[in-house]
Amino acid sequence: MSEFFTVSVIVTTLASGIRLATPFLFAALGETVGQRSGVLNLGVEGVMLLGAYAAYYTALESGSATAGVLAAIVVGGVMGLIYAFITVVMHAEQGISGIGIFLFGLGFTDLLFQKQVGTPIPIRGLRDFDIPLLSDIPRVGEVLFQHNPLVYVAFLLVPTFWFVINRTTFGLNIRAVGESPDAADTLGVSVNLTRVAAIVIANTMAGLGGAALALEVGVFQQNLTSGRGFIAIALVYFGAWRAVGVMTGSLLFGIVSATVLQWKTLGIVEGGAATLTSMAPAVLTVVVLVAVSKRIGQPSALTRSFDRTA
Amino acid sequence: MYKEGGTDTATAADDAASDPSRAHLARAARPFVGLAVPFLAVAAALLVGAIMLLALGANPLDGYNAMFSGAFGGSDELADTAIKAMPLLLVGVGICIAFRAGVINIGGEGQIIAGAILATVVALAVPDLPGIVLIPTVIVAGAIGGGIWGAIPGALKAYAGVNEILSTIMMNIIAAQFMSFLLQDLLIEEGAIRIQQTERLTENADLPLLPGGTRLHIGVLIALLVAVLGYFLLFRSSLGVRLRAVGHNPSASRYAGMPVKLSVVQALAFSGACAGVAGAVLVFGSESHRLIGEGGAAAFTQNAGFNGIVAALFGGLHPLATVPASFFFGGMLTGGLEMQREVQVPAAMILALNGVVVVFVVASLKLRARLRQWVDGEIEREGRA
Repeated sequence: MSEFFTVSVIVTTLASGIRLATPFLFAALGETVGQRSGVLNLGVEGVMLLGAYAAYYTALESGSATAGVLAAIVVGGVMGLIYAFITVVMHAEQGISGIGIFLFGLGFTDLLFQKQVGTPIPIRGLRDFDIPLLSDIPRVGEVLFQHNPLVYVAFLLVPTFWFVINRTTFGLNIRAVGESPDAADTLGVSVNLTRVAAIVIANTMAGLGGAALALEVGVFQQNLTSGRGFIAIALVYFGAWRAVGVMTGSLLFGIVSATVLQWKTLGIVEGGAATLTSMAPAVLTVVVLVAVSKRIGQPSALTRSFDRTA
Repeated sequence: MYKEGGTDTATAADDAASDPSRAHLARAARPFVGLAVPFLAVAAALLVGAIMLLALGANPLDGYNAMFSGAFGGSDELADTAIKAMPLLLVGVGICIAFRAGVINIGGEGQIIAGAILATVVALAVPDLPGIVLIPTVIVAGAIGGGIWGAIPGALKAYAGVNEILSTIMMNIIAAQFMSFLLQDLLIEEGAIRIQQTERLTENADLPLLPGGTRLHIGVLIALLVAVLGYFLLFRSSLGVRLRAVGHNPSASRYAGMPVKLSVVQALAFSGACAGVAGAVLVFGSESHRLIGEGGAAAFTQNAGFNGIVAALFGGLHPLATVPASFFFGGMLTGGLEMQREVQVPAAMILALNGVVVVFVVASLKLRARLRQWVDGEIEREGRA
């Protein structure tokens, strides 16, 4: 254990924790917007997989990781429109249709991967960008300012989302349709249009989260996300539907995962015990949910579809 | 939580003049609305599948033809379909119980694994018991393992207010990693090759084959028995009345003096127990007669924890109607392998297609409620005219 508590190892672990937190942060921030508008999307995992595959395949074919990111954004957006159609137009039960999206994403990406790629060929991810001056700060610079651009984007989105949700008309509308759709409707806010916009944002972010993961790992495989999308949903509850809370949860998760990985690398935990420590994030989620569930209120209209004639 | 919406009758349209031909149509359509809509939804999903096949350069007709003959084309195929349907049915019956009680159980995967682990441990502990005792014992052990894995999120929901969708998903991840741990460490087969699997379990626990020369074993009968038991539990017992009442209206049930919290725990425990039986049957009915973790947890569960939800929804959350629904989706799974051979489209296509089916069926439920509303409205208007 003593070999873990050296400055250089801890700095490496924290930096890798921030990178591992990035996919969670994208997906969970997006899901926060969706849920604030009253729409639960359990399909995050599936959309992340689709985004990850789109990013991987595009980067593999074009040689450009940036093109991969753009492809994931497009795929996420399209999935958003589809999910909006299912839940807002068709009024389908959100929990179950999300599971459908998950199964679709899981099967479809595996199908495409086997058909189009076959063997896992590695791709070059996004190049790290050292922020001038800041990255030269000893230790802090290495932890915070020597990452690929997607990491910075994810963390810059935290204040952006806070501002949009709390300080703009659009954000007010999102909160209104999530808390009291009937009242919002009476005031002339289009409940369904606002929700469609929120769903598209949520899914685009899930796609981006998948892209961040695929470009970080550098390869695609069946079920690449292995539950990260579901953990992202749990992080929304963890963060009590607030951008900063969601960021805290994502960081906690990223750093716990990075620590477990580091322990495996250093041989502090081995074999079966290493697998046992991999359970830490999921167990942690349950413990945190128990701790926070009683005192947080979810958006009142979450999972309730809106129909003026009903 | 799981309810068909839109039962309020539209009043604005009532003022419209009655049209006898429309009322006639409505009366003719009435008995079919319930069944036709989900079937049309599946047909539409299969159409999406056909487009996917086309896009992958395969002839959809050949593909579906291969799928159909691979699933239902002969006694061996039918037996394989029944074997694939078995875990779907077991999980599906559990889903009927949970959803009817207003609890969303996404934890089938974890509950299958928990049941499989406990059943395996029991078989390793008492391998010398005669089959007539050991087989029921391992099946019950599976039910207990799955039941506990279901009761935990149930208790968390009832007493700590934890959303069961999230906790059951987390319990899936924990179970998968716990199984991987056990099979790397405590339960791994002795030997040079470190494959994540147990030793070949005692022959006394092998599920006997049914006569007929196919691979069909008594696991299929166990699944049917559980479906019947599930039906009696839900619709022929006072416990079932309470569970459904709680699912229908929790606050009214509370005022009526029903133990709502206990009901939530019971619903998830029974639901998990059904999935746990599937875990036991998957181990002792498998051709290798061992618990295998190689290839990930989903390779063992065959995603039945999720696909069972599809079967239960398609069966209208009725345990007995889930029997044919499971058989249908089991057929898609076995047929998918044949399709892979015939038109070279990976069998993962079936999982994607199942996802599309879920979405279409769920989306159609609201449509069905609206159609029913329209049909009843037309008939009522005619009656008044």
